[in-house]
Order: sequence, then structure tokens, then C-alpha cells
Amino acid sequence: MKDFIIPWDDKDMGTPAKSGKPVHLTIDGAKVTVPEGTSVMRAAAEAGLDIPKLCASDNLEAFGSCRLCVVEIEGRRGTPASCTTPVHEGMVVRTQSEKLQRMRKGVMELYISDHPLDCLTCAANGDCELQDMAGVVGLREVRYDAAPEKANHFATRDTSGQPNPEWLPKDDSNPYFTYDPSKCIVCNRCVRACEEVQGTFALTIEGRGFDSRVSVGAENFLESDCVSCGACVQACPTATLQEKSVIEMGVPQRSVVTTCAYCGVGCSFKAELNGDQLVRMVPWKHGKANRGHSCVKGRFAYGYADHPDRILKPMIRERIDEPWQEVSWEEALGFAAKKMRGIQEAYGQKSIGVITSSRCTNEETYLVQKLARAVFGNNNTDTCARVCHSPTGYGLGQTFGTSAGTQDFDSVEKTDVIVVIGANPTDAHPVFGSRMKKRLREGAKLIVIDPRKIDLVKSAHIAADHHLQLRPGTNVAVVSALAHVIVTEGLADEAYIRERCDWDEYLSYAEFISDERHSPEATFVLTGVDPDVLRAAARTFATGGNGAIYYGLGVTEHSQGSTTVMGIANLAMLTGNVGREGVGVNPLRGQNNVQGSCDMGSFPHELPGYRHVKGAEVREVFQKAWGVEIDPEPGLRIPNMLDAAVDGTFKGLYCQGEDILQSDPDTKHVSAGLAAMECVIVHDLFLNETANYAHVFLPGSTFLEKDGTFTNAERRINRVREVMAPKAGYADWEVTQLLANAMGANWHYTHPAQIMEEIALTTPSFAGVSYDVLEEKGSVQWPCNEAHPDGTPLMHVDGFVRGKGRFIVTEYVATEEKTGPRFPLLLTTGRILSQYNVGAQTRRTENSTWHQEDVLEIHPHDAEVRGVKEGDWVRLASRSGETSLRAKLSERVSPGVVYTTFHHPDTQANVITTDFSDWATNCPEYKVTAVQVGLSNGPSDWQERYAAQAEQSRRILPAAE
Amino acid sequence: MSPEKLTMMANQIATFFKTQPGADGAERLAAHLNDFWEPRMRAQFFAHVDAGGAGLDPLVLEAAQFVRRPAEA
Ligand code: SF4
Ligand code: SF4
Ligand code: SF4
Ligand code: FES
Repeated sequence: MKDFIIPWDDKDMGTPAKSGKPVHLTIDGAKVTVPEGTSVMRAAAEAGLDIPKLCASDNLEAFGSCRLCVVEIEGRRGTPASCTTPVHEGMVVRTQSEKLQRMRKGVMELYISDHPLDCLTCAANGDCELQDMAGVVGLREVRYDAAPEKANHFATRDTSGQPNPEWLPKDDSNPYFTYDPSKCIVCNRCVRACEEVQGTFALTIEGRGFDSRVSVGAENFLESDCVSCGACVQACPTATLQEKSVIEMGVPQRSVVTTCAYCGVGCSFKAELNGDQLVRMVPWKHGKANRGHSCVKGRFAYGYADHPDRILKPMIRERIDEPWQEVSWEEALGFAAKKMRGIQEAYGQKSIGVITSSRCTNEETYLVQKLARAVFGNNNTDTCARVCHSPTGYGLGQTFGTSAGTQDFDSVEKTDVIVVIGANPTDAHPVFGSRMKKRLREGAKLIVIDPRKIDLVKSAHIAADHHLQLRPGTNVAVVSALAHVIVTEGLADEAYIRERCDWDEYLSYAEFISDERHSPEATFVLTGVDPDVLRAAARTFATGGNGAIYYGLGVTEHSQGSTTVMGIANLAMLTGNVGREGVGVNPLRGQNNVQGSCDMGSFPHELPGYRHVKGAEVREVFQKAWGVEIDPEPGLRIPNMLDAAVDGTFKGLYCQGEDILQSDPDTKHVSAGLAAMECVIVHDLFLNETANYAHVFLPGSTFLEKDGTFTNAERRINRVREVMAPKAGYADWEVTQLLANAMGANWHYTHPAQIMEEIALTTPSFAGVSYDVLEEKGSVQWPCNEAHPDGTPLMHVDGFVRGKGRFIVTEYVATEEKTGPRFPLLLTTGRILSQYNVGAQTRRTENSTWHQEDVLEIHPHDAEVRGVKEGDWVRLASRSGETSLRAKLSERVSPGVVYTTFHHPDTQANVITTDFSDWATNCPEYKVTAVQVGLSNGPSDWQERYAAQAEQSRRILPAAE
Repeated sequence: MSPEKLTMMANQIATFFKTQPGADGAERLAAHLNDFWEPRMRAQFFAHVDAGGAGLDPLVLEAAQFVRRPAEA
């Protein structure tokens, strides 16, 4: 078992850090120097003098309500609260005196007199700040009776047996935490956490004085606006807001710092345990991506790790209509290796391939692509990033010269105009969404380009300045129209362009984009965006100061995905918004390690570090490291693999941690491809949908069960640390190694750190990365090498990576997917907060409380003409197929557009999506499908047939003893 | 892969390069195919071109001379 990993100092300093010129003062005789604006409380904490406190916490602005933190200041009358008093030059402070002690005891006495004294059986026992403070101030008696006959909040009945009107029952409606009002000291920390950290404003304090209470403004937490991020639970100093897992299992005794395995934000967490039992996940305050915050998925949705559906024994079968046979690891690997080699003998070296996962670690991904290149001897490796961000790689590579976001997340704190295109950060990247909202509340402007009214368009205390509600599939037209306005109105930053970009290319681009056909007035017929709104947005972006563009899958998953990415890069270069803090082009990556899986050479044409396989020098590097010849020809991409499978030339697949049958478009084509293969090896936690077509199942390990690294959307390499031993016996990287060796390789890695050494050795942008460096610095952003030993928070600072930034002409081309009489509506897809991707993990947690099924959002007008009412079963059909789901009437979508998520296999939204794809990368066009909607009376025939097939193929025979 | 799908994919790429300035559209289109199309796909591409290339955009046909013929598998 892993040693106790001591988190770098985690002490609560009381109030947030400030930056300002140095101020000198004396506290209890000690000389202290802190930045201007710092509170006396924080200054004292930095000198190691902890002042008692209850309502202060260093992730919240000081509030000054408990008066426990009083101090004496020379030359000043009274006893000010140290949390709300800023330092100034020459100040002399005393934190301890008889008077202060008496006052603090008085404060504590009052609190305790209205608090149930059941500490020994309280869930927060040992982790309660009220308890700690009682100890610190030396509280020995409570003169005010904590007597049931006096008014109080904790006794259920008074002495005469009458119900106490002040007492409120516990609210345990939220699946993950409880609210017990009898223990509340009304310190306001939860309210401020919900406002300042999360930005949801679900909580308020109602009433005054003795009557004041925390209120959720609804029946209970579950019914309220609360998004269950847990910030209030973490902020609460008492057991009032408490994790259910702690109530059940007790206060955790050890912790390991690791990284969330859900989304591309890459939040750092302390996994807190007793023995190898995970008690809770607490966002780590020193995590540079999340700064101590998290969302409901990372903090609470880890229950899938010991869900009974997990498969812990390897399984094989000759044919997919047979039941599974549980076997030993040895037998399963031997079976797989023999089949794969057999296929290669019969159908050629290129008849098998791999799919790497954006959920697995960098080290695991590196090994899987190495398996294809060094052991199979071909470049048939691809990753699920194909289906989400491959256009980012192509588009940004062409324009800037590197395939990655330009900024770190902190950069948003310096942004004046935020542009969000085809992304829904409050749902898909919640922690970054919260940081964005914080900046918006501070006054930054917001432009949203999205067919749907996403939460950012209007929610508590924020509203978009411009919402360009475009018709799905017209991103290029909108982005070009923005550029048209900027260029023709003379708003382009020509000085920047002359210095940083290729001027001739700019001139020809400017001529192209100035043409009338790109004007907002001309594109209106395509996009449906009001020209005035579009012009106003363009002016705001070009003239509003630091402008930063954040985009997501709503940009990439189109037939013109790569073109839109280039258009976005053009916009940033036109306005001089690349190369410093507060600006930039930022792809928001879906899954936790999309960035890493791309970096690690998962694509069939690229070796690690985005270097094309045709390059002889690059191949030479790997040939030397691996001792094999590397094929100079590009391999097959996922859709090409499936095509080749149907053609009969691709017969074997090793698929790690990826469910292509559920997540890839055009389900029928995927299943036909899989069914045509002779050996499909699925390496996963659960019998996923793809496994219905598999011959070998290798049990996977969760992120809690292995060491490694993930790279988040800001290129930050974060450590994943083993929290408990792998439940199936092996971490995923070990399984890949065993498979490679069973096929004749001779790998002997004993720890992922050695794999990282090999990555650093072969890949220049990772040259300076090692587990030692990560241990020391916590995390680094690549490139990290001799030139940038501490990593690179901002890219393109002294010019673009490719030299001169390149403007590329972006002509709008209508997608082939058009509406018509048969399919008059446009379907677009997305995701919601509580579920993740295909939902394999989140569906197996209490998160399903919030999202039990996928629903179809449809505008009331479109619903009415079809006779569809809220909650009706409707049939959703496209030229690819049809499915059924329930309707939800919503004005978030415009008339003519419908929307759904794809978190549940029963819905099979991808039966509907077509096989159209991005022209450059074959990234599928998930975001636009022409459909028709009509009433139905339940699941479609296809859904029922599918469910029956799935049931059939999931039968397991136990191992023969 | 069906010739229709292959044709659609090639034409989609041609659509982009046709919009780009410069006279080297065919070379750049071919470079794209050489970089991203696996030999099997290029073989199917040539089979279709050699059979007359029905449905292919003229730029694709022009580009064919610059596409690398895959070695016989
Ligand atoms: S869990 Fe998050 S959203 Fe819900 S009340 Fe607490 S801070 Fe607010
Ligand atoms: S619930 Fe907790 S954090 Fe909120 S006011 Fe009560 S004691 Fe303070
Ligand atoms: S924001 Fe993303 S990385 Fe952070 S806790 Fe939530 S799912 Fe995990
Ligand atoms: S901690 Fe300063 S008033 Fe509460």
C-alpha cells in the first residue's frame, strides 16, 4: 500500500492572499511583512500565529460575523476583528491578552449554549472547528444554560413535551450530504461558498438575530437550485452540512493527492481514506487547475469504483453469441495474443489495431500506441479524441503551429471579453465555469455563440451581453461574419498582425473576408443571427480589451469543424489576442485526458509530440528507443477501421477504456464493423456496449487504483496516485504490457515513472517532465524542457510556435446534412452536469438522482404542431435510424432545433446521428442531424432488439473450478 | 468503403482547398491524402480513379497524379 503522501501545507490562512506592495508590521512581537491589502488575520497566520476564527476561511472574502478573531491594535480603541482589518505600515498587533481571551470565551459560550452537546456521536467529531475553537479559547463552562426550557434550535421538544417550534428536521434529500439545522452556527460560510466559489447563489440567510437560518429557497436541497458541488459542505465548520459518507464511515485518517478522472478541467483532489476505504474526496486547495473547488462528479461520483457491475475477472469467448467464460489472466492474454497474431498471419500485418482512451493515463496511452507501432508493426492507432477534438489539432496546428490551448485557467481572471462558442462550461467543465462566472460578476463582458440558451446566457448574477443563437451547422458563417465586421470597420490590430503574422497572407485574407458575402446582413439567411447583434458582438470583442475565446465540441463536431477552429484562430490574431495573460484560444476538452491522449501519439499519422510518421528523423528516435522498424505510412482512423472491417481487411481490435459503440456516430455502422471482426479485445471497467461484440474482456482499473499522469485542457500534467490496490489485480498499463509480452514483446516496466522517462527521452516538449519534477512542483504545463524548466503557462508569448501566425481563408460550406420535408428539424447533442460522456461511470452513482434518462428538448411551438406534450414518448428519426425518448418542452432551443444528451445506452441517440464528418479529420458531425419528431408509444423496435442482443451477449459462465 | 463514401470524403477535402488562394490546390490536396489516408484507402482511391473517377471533383482528379500510390500489400 502506498505511503501516506503528505500534502504540501494545507493550513487555512483565514482570508484570501493579496498582491500588493510590502507592508511591515509587528504581531505579538514578531516582525511580519505581507502584501498590502492582507488582513491582520492572514498576516498573523503567515507568522505562525493562528488567531481563533469561525466565520473566516481563506477561499472566501472576510465577513466579520463571529467576533472570535478579535485583536488589540496599538493606538486604536476597541478590539477589531482581525479578519476584516487590513494591515498597514508599522502596525503593532496583539493576538492574546486577558481581555481578548475573556471576549473569545464569551463568544464561544454563546455559541455553545445553542448547540447540542452530542460531540462524541457527532459525524464531525474530530473534524469540527467549533470543537477546536472551544478548546483553543479554553472554554470550561457555559453559564447560559443550554437548557431545553430556553429558546434554542436543537431540542426537538421543550420540557413540557411540546414540539419546539425552532427545531427543524434534518434535510437528507441530497444523495451525498445532509443539512442538520440544529447544528448550524449561522457563520454564513456556506452561503458565501455557494456565491463566491461556485457562483450558484442557491443559499441565503433568512431572518435576523436568533431567527436567522440558512435557506435553500425551496422545499429541500434536492428541489433547490443547488448543483451539489459540495463547496458549502467543505466550508461548513460544523456537522451541519456533512458528507453522508463521513456520517457512515467516520472521519478519514489519511489522504493522497490525486487528479479527477472525469473532465478536462483536471481538478486536484485529496482522496481521504481509512485504510483502503475511500471516505471522501476533497478538492485540493493547491491544485492549480481548480484552486480548491470541484463539481458534483469529481467530489461525489466515485461510487462506480466499487459498483457490483464491475467485472474483475478476465473473460473470453470464441463467438459473440456465446456466453462469457471467466478465465485466468494468463489464459485470457494467451487467447488474445494467439488470435491477434493469427489474424495478422491470415490477413496481413495491417489487419489489426488499437484504440486508446482519453480516460486512461498518459503512460497507458503511450503504451497502447507503442503496442500498435512496435508490436503489431503498423500505425493503426486512434483515440476517442477523434470524435471530439481532432479538428482542434489540425486547425490550431495549421494556424499557430501547435495543437493546444494557449492559456492556463488562471488567465481568465485577466480577461475583459469572454467568448464562448459551442461550449457549455457550467455543465461540461463546471469548475472552470465557476471561475468564468466569477470573472463575469467582476464585470467582464460575455459573448455566447450557441444554438441553445445555455446557463451562461442567463443565470444568477450573470447574463451574456450578446447571444448569437445561430442555426446548427453555421459556425463558419458566423465566425467569418465576425471577422468581416472587424476587418471592414477597421478594428483589426494591424500593428500586432504586422509584427506577429504573415502580412501577405493577412492581406489576401482581408480581401477575402471583406467581401460582401461574409457580411452579417448576407449571412443572416444562413445563420439566423440578427446582423445588429452580430455587429455589436464583433465590436465588443475587438475593442473591449483582453479577449479570450473558449470553445468546445459545438465547434469541432461538424463537417467544417477544422475550418471553424481556423476561423477562431483568425479572430484571435486579427484582434491581437494571443500571447499574453487574459487572451487566447482555448479548446475545452471533454474527457479528462483528451489532451494527453493526443500528445501521446494516439493518432495514426503522428508519433508522440505531434510528429508525422513520414518524418525519417522522428522515426529514427523511436526506432532507436524501441529497437523496431516504424511504418512510415499513416494508419487507419476509427471510422476507417470500421470501413475496413466491413470490407474484410481489418479483423482485430484492442480497445482500451473506450466504448465506441455507444459514443461513436451511426451506431449501426459501428456494430456492423465490430461484428465483422474476428477478435475484439475490450479493456474496461464494465461490460460496456462495445463489449457486446467482444471476444476478450480484460478488467480495467479505476483512477484510484493506479499511478500515472493526466494532462488537462491547459496542458497541465497532473499526477494520478494509487489510492488503493487494483481490484482486478493489475493496473491498466500492466495489462497492456502483459498483452504485448504475450505477443512476443519484451517490455519490463515496473512503474509508470519509467514510462514517463521514455516519453521524456523521445518527446522534446516533455523532455523536462519526470515524476520527481511533478512531486516537487505539483504539476507542470508542457512544453517543459531545458528552455522552459518550469513548464509553459502561456504559449506563443514571443511569437507563434510555427514562426509567423498564419491566416487561413475560411469559406462557409453548408453541411450535406440538410433539413427537408421528411426531416424538417435539426438535432444537436450535448451533455449535462451530473452525467459524464456515455455515462458508464456516472450512471453507476447517485448522480442519476438528477438525470435518470436522456430527454429530447423541443421548442413548445414545434411540440404543439406535433401534438407533443411535456413528458410524452416521442419517436426521433433521421435518415440513419430512429429511437424513442421522452420530450421536454423548452425555450432554450429555437424553433426548428431539438436537443438531447447521450448519456444512456437505452436511448442510443447515436442511432440517429449520421456518418458525415469533418473534412480534414473525419471527426463526426454529432452536432447537426436532420430529424423528424412524432408521438410514439414507447421504445422503438430497434431499442428492444438492441436491449435483447445486449442481454444475450452479457451472459457470464463462472470459471470451472 | 463504398466508392460513394470515398468520393464524398475526397470532394469534401477538395471543397476546402478550392477556397484557398494560390495555384497549388491540387498539390496540397494530394499532400493531405498522403498524410492522412492509409494505403488501403489510397488503393481504393486509385481503383476508383482508374475506373474513371465518377463523381470526383476535378481538383481531386488533378490531385491524383501527386498522390502516392501504395505499395502492393
Ligand atoms: S452544494 Fe454547491 S451549489 Fe449546492 S448549495 Fe452547496 S455550494 Fe451551493
Ligand atoms: S450550515 Fe455550516 S457553514 Fe452554513 S451557516 Fe451553518 S454552520 Fe455556517
Ligand atoms: S470540474 Fe471536471 S475535473 Fe473538476 S471535479 Fe468536476 S469533473 Fe472533475
Ligand atoms: S473569523 Fe473574524 S469575525 Fe469571524
